[in-house]
Amino acid sequence: MVPKNPYEHPVNLRAYKKKKPTVLNTFVRDYQLWIMILPAIVVIFIFNYIPMYGIQLAFRDYNFAKGLTGGEWRGLFYFKQFFESYQFADLMKNTIVISLSTVVLSFPAPIILALLINQLRWKRAKKALQTTVYLPHFISIVVMVGLLNVLLSPNSGVIGHLLQSIGLGNVNLLGSTSTFVPVYVLSEIWQHCGWNSIIYLAALSTVDPQLYDASKIDGASRWQTIRNIEIPALIPTIIILFVLSMGSVLSTGFEKIFLMQNSLNLPVSEVISTYVYKIGIVSNQFSYSAAIGLFNTLINFFFLYTMNLVARKTSETSLW
Amino acid sequence: MQLVQKKQKAVAHKRNFGEWMFDAVVFAICLLIFLSIVYPLYFVVIASISNSTLVSTGQVTIFPKDISFFGYSEIFKDQRIWTGYGNTILYTVLGTAVNLLFTLPAAYVLSRQEFRARRFIMFAFVVTLFFGGGLIPTYLLMKDLHLLNTMWVFILPFSVNVYNLIIARSFFESSIPKELYEAAAMDGCSHFRYFGSVVLPLSKAIVSVIGLYYLVAHWNDFFTGLIYIRSNDLQPLQIVLRDILLSNQVFSQGAGSGGAAGGYAQQYADQVKYGVIIVSTLPILLVYPFLQKYFDKGVMIGSVKG
Repeated sequence: MVPKNPYEHPVNLRAYKKKKPTVLNTFVRDYQLWIMILPAIVVIFIFNYIPMYGIQLAFRDYNFAKGLTGGEWRGLFYFKQFFESYQFADLMKNTIVISLSTVVLSFPAPIILALLINQLRWKRAKKALQTTVYLPHFISIVVMVGLLNVLLSPNSGVIGHLLQSIGLGNVNLLGSTSTFVPVYVLSEIWQHCGWNSIIYLAALSTVDPQLYDASKIDGASRWQTIRNIEIPALIPTIIILFVLSMGSVLSTGFEKIFLMQNSLNLPVSEVISTYVYKIGIVSNQFSYSAAIGLFNTLINFFFLYTMNLVARKTSETSLW
Repeated sequence: MQLVQKKQKAVAHKRNFGEWMFDAVVFAICLLIFLSIVYPLYFVVIASISNSTLVSTGQVTIFPKDISFFGYSEIFKDQRIWTGYGNTILYTVLGTAVNLLFTLPAAYVLSRQEFRARRFIMFAFVVTLFFGGGLIPTYLLMKDLHLLNTMWVFILPFSVNVYNLIIARSFFESSIPKELYEAAAMDGCSHFRYFGSVVLPLSKAIVSVIGLYYLVAHWNDFFTGLIYIRSNDLQPLQIVLRDILLSNQVFSQGAGSGGAAGGYAQQYADQVKYGVIIVSTLPILLVYPFLQKYFDKGVMIGSVKG
């Protein structure tokens, strides 16, 4: 963006008069700006871009003596090893089941919550509800899983007792293959639904008040107002957030699943990210697990790209 | 004429009743949501100070019964928790300071229209949101940088969060009037000075929000300790919590499962767990009310896409 009017920057008038500003000839003028942004550039370069260079490890052996790039080139060997391993099908299935059910169920929840909160007329109650629903977002994952453990325990937990009293029997909710996914998804909604509703509430607060007045004059019911004014106002936000959530379809939260894993639910709870951790960090098979990690990243990126394309084609709202 | 009026009245009445019903239903659902969030948290509080036998047999539901502070006294005796607490406070304070020191100036620079490289740098930053090296290359990098098993691994890596950077940049762009810089520059004010004495004082809201995000992220960070730290003396609180809450190492002497004293210890283990949940979450709960008023603002600015 070239400033059309050189007088917009009075101090640096001379620099503009000479020639068109480029990064190079504004370097001296903007040296203070460069100093201010330098730490961020250095940190992001080292900790985000150098590991990208390290991705080549997925195509090489890891050589403990020569380091990351010293090993022999193996091409797609490790990818093949992964695709042909007996765990591949289970890992893919578990990852997709967990992340899809999380997206499908926890995506609409904050939208509904925001519409509900917005309908609440009693200001005090509204404020109190908002304060409360944001709160669980700040609980750490360890504490969250700890909470699930103590509250859901069939022998001593309050929810365990509750389920028993309504006749659902003695189910170990955290140690059974059939209840792992529901518990994971529901607790995810419990914890983050409120926080995620903020952005929708913000979008709702920008709705033109004239629209509400007009609908009132036309005799619209509250329900009609929601359907015809509020939901359309949310659509652009919904699309952007949906595309973003598709981008992480295969990167299920490592920490929570890892902490919720136990020997009883492992058949459904072992996902790609926990597998990468176990193979790589615990058993030191660096190349193999780097390949699996890269595979995961590529799939995520593919989903993000496709969803963005679909969104752009169908609605003119997109990330880029 | 009268008939029409009557009919209108009836319609209005019907609508009022409908509205009233609507409000009642909305309120009821909201109350349900409120309770579903508050009750589990409240239960943890009362369970942590009640007799654990009564808790585990389901007799404690609304009020604490047979109050005992055994759990808390056990927690305060536990050296692991003190170490973890101390480490986490150190990492959080230092880490958040570094985060803000790196993020805010960078966000300011990227908000300056005359900074020629801003589009390119912004793009390079945003790419990292969607694409990364993955766990293993990052781990090997930390190893090569000799950051494994040091406190710096909690502070330096990823000290600039690109989401937070975008939020701050959007705020600087939209909320600081352009004329301010022109006026300041006319008087010979440098970027350093302008940022320090004009922009920052005007940006308390965004500094609080981003500071809170960073603070909570450091406080709740479990991943870094799990992957990069082996030494027990450096472990943050969250790892200690994992041992106590999930690996059932409730008592530091190793009791808690099996053995002659096992049954006795197990009985109190739950009380310790409830107490530890409170003790570890308390600091966050204490800062929460002060910063809560800024949340809407912070998220709203963030949604003005960069």
